[in-house]
Amino acid sequence: MAISRSEVEHVAKLARLKFSQEEIEEFTVQLSKIIDYVNKLNELDTENVEPTAHIVPIHNVFREDEVKPSMDRDKILMNAPYKENGCFKVPKIIE
Amino acid sequence: MELYSLTIHELRELLKKREVSALEVTKSYLERIKEVEPKIDALITITEDFALQRAKEADEKIKNGEDTDLTGIPVIIKDNISTEGIKTTCSSKMLENYIPPYNATVVEKLLEEGVIILGKSNLDEFAMGSSTENSAFKTTKNPWDLSRVPGGSSGGSAAAIAADEAAFALGSDTGGSIRQPASLCGVVGMKPTYGLVSRYGLVAFASSLDQIGPFTKDVTDCAIVLNTIIGHDSKDSTSLKIDKPDYTSYLKEDIKGLRIGVAKEFFGEGIEEGVKETVQESIKVLQDLGAEIIDISIPYVEYALPAYYIIASAEASSNLARYDGIRYGHIAEKYEDLIDMYMVTRSEGFGKEVKRRIMLGTYALSSGYYDAYYKKALKVRTLIKNDFEKAFEKCDVIIGPTSPTVAFKIGERANDPLAMYLADIYTVSVNIAGLPGISIPCGLSDGLPVGLQIIGRHFDEGKILNVAYAFEQANKFNAKPQAIGGAR
Repeated sequence: MAISRSEVEHVAKLARLKFSQEEIEEFTVQLSKIIDYVNKLNELDTENVEPTAHIVPIHNVFREDEVKPSMDRDKILMNAPYKENGCFKVPKIIE
Repeated sequence: MELYSLTIHELRELLKKREVSALEVTKSYLERIKEVEPKIDALITITEDFALQRAKEADEKIKNGEDTDLTGIPVIIKDNISTEGIKTTCSSKMLENYIPPYNATVVEKLLEEGVIILGKSNLDEFAMGSSTENSAFKTTKNPWDLSRVPGGSSGGSAAAIAADEAAFALGSDTGGSIRQPASLCGVVGMKPTYGLVSRYGLVAFASSLDQIGPFTKDVTDCAIVLNTIIGHDSKDSTSLKIDKPDYTSYLKEDIKGLRIGVAKEFFGEGIEEGVKETVQESIKVLQDLGAEIIDISIPYVEYALPAYYIIASAEASSNLARYDGIRYGHIAEKYEDLIDMYMVTRSEGFGKEVKRRIMLGTYALSSGYYDAYYKKALKVRTLIKNDFEKAFEKCDVIIGPTSPTVAFKIGERANDPLAMYLADIYTVSVNIAGLPGISIPCGLSDGLPVGLQIIGRHFDEGKILNVAYAFEQANKFNAKPQAIGGAR
């Protein structure tokens, strides 16, 4: 296997995903197959090749710092599952 | 001849002469949707009332002489493109009830022209897939054979146009998600150059690859829609400032002396014999029109698919981190603490393929693997980009099949992620290199449509349209899907 069960569990934690034992099994098998496939890239010597993160050569796009109207508060909050006093409501994070 | 079977430019003529009203056109499409939608399942939302109201406004515009090429023309929009006040689900449980408070820039541009939105189309969840089977809500069927997939991820948009549910549709293409379903459904689909069309309001999947583009019934319509949707947008800093051409001026039959590259790598392993033959006949058609056919090679293209799955998944894992249950979308009811709330929310809200890609992307970006996977893929991206640059020294456009196969059966690849990924083998390299590409129907194999892909240099949509138009005029694709019936 290209990826172990414990690695899958670790990555799930990083990705904030929760899986059943069965799902962890399934993902270990499937991700291993996919990783074996993408390892094909190792056939290539890329020692002296620059990476391309973005295809279009644009850098630091600036604009004038002008004051413009913001989106209405009610509109911003309209999809929030929980809200209170014009704010997003979140679970308690400080004991 | 029913109104719903007409192209944009045919409808435009009738509307301009006031022989029909936008309201009549809209009603014709709404009737058509009611008739075929139970068989096709292309749409997540039908916006009937909004459409009828917009149609009346369009008729006012026409009456007042304020009309343009798209005034009164009905459209269907992929459900990952934001529409103010209209549910935009991305075919995900995560966004099942999400109503955007703003329009995507492309939607804004269409509405200004007086376009009529009929509804929102089904897709693979968050545009991740090649069959539209990954939708949390429904499986769209191919109008040519209801037991087959329409392709994906913009399968709803492609099937809707093939079934005459709208005059045109918008989709998004990250690795082939416009061109591949266009190919499988026998319609025209274009992915413009990266940066030509604003991505503002497109729900992000892989930001360095995503691009919005049109599905149309012919090449002329593709040029008309492109004219409206392109242009720099200050809300998308990757959209480029270029002079806006009139793409319809490229719709010419003359391609004498044009150099067309044919890459042997696009006829490799896994291609169906019927697809290969149909595309080879198409190359002959272009040669007979006076184009010069040049053999080229893009040696690194076979590495495009593995590089794509690393890059796209890495970007997706980062983009989809925003779904935390706080500002919008699904939220878990039962959880232990904050972290657990995130975990339960995301695990309930996302489907399997989305989780698979988030996992792969998170792995490729994680400490210890970043250089081996993500950086490696970006380096291979450079090699592929250089490959195309070299190829374009010898030719003006590159042609080949859009998809190695015709539409496959529903369920056939659903449990084998790798087999599904191979559906995009001829399309992903174009996204990797940020190039424009179109798929146009070029014939049938076993009664199912085959798509011809034409790839151009950056911002050379004009030349692509020239070749596509010349081919279309010489090789009229008059076949119509028979599985749904109708007047065409």
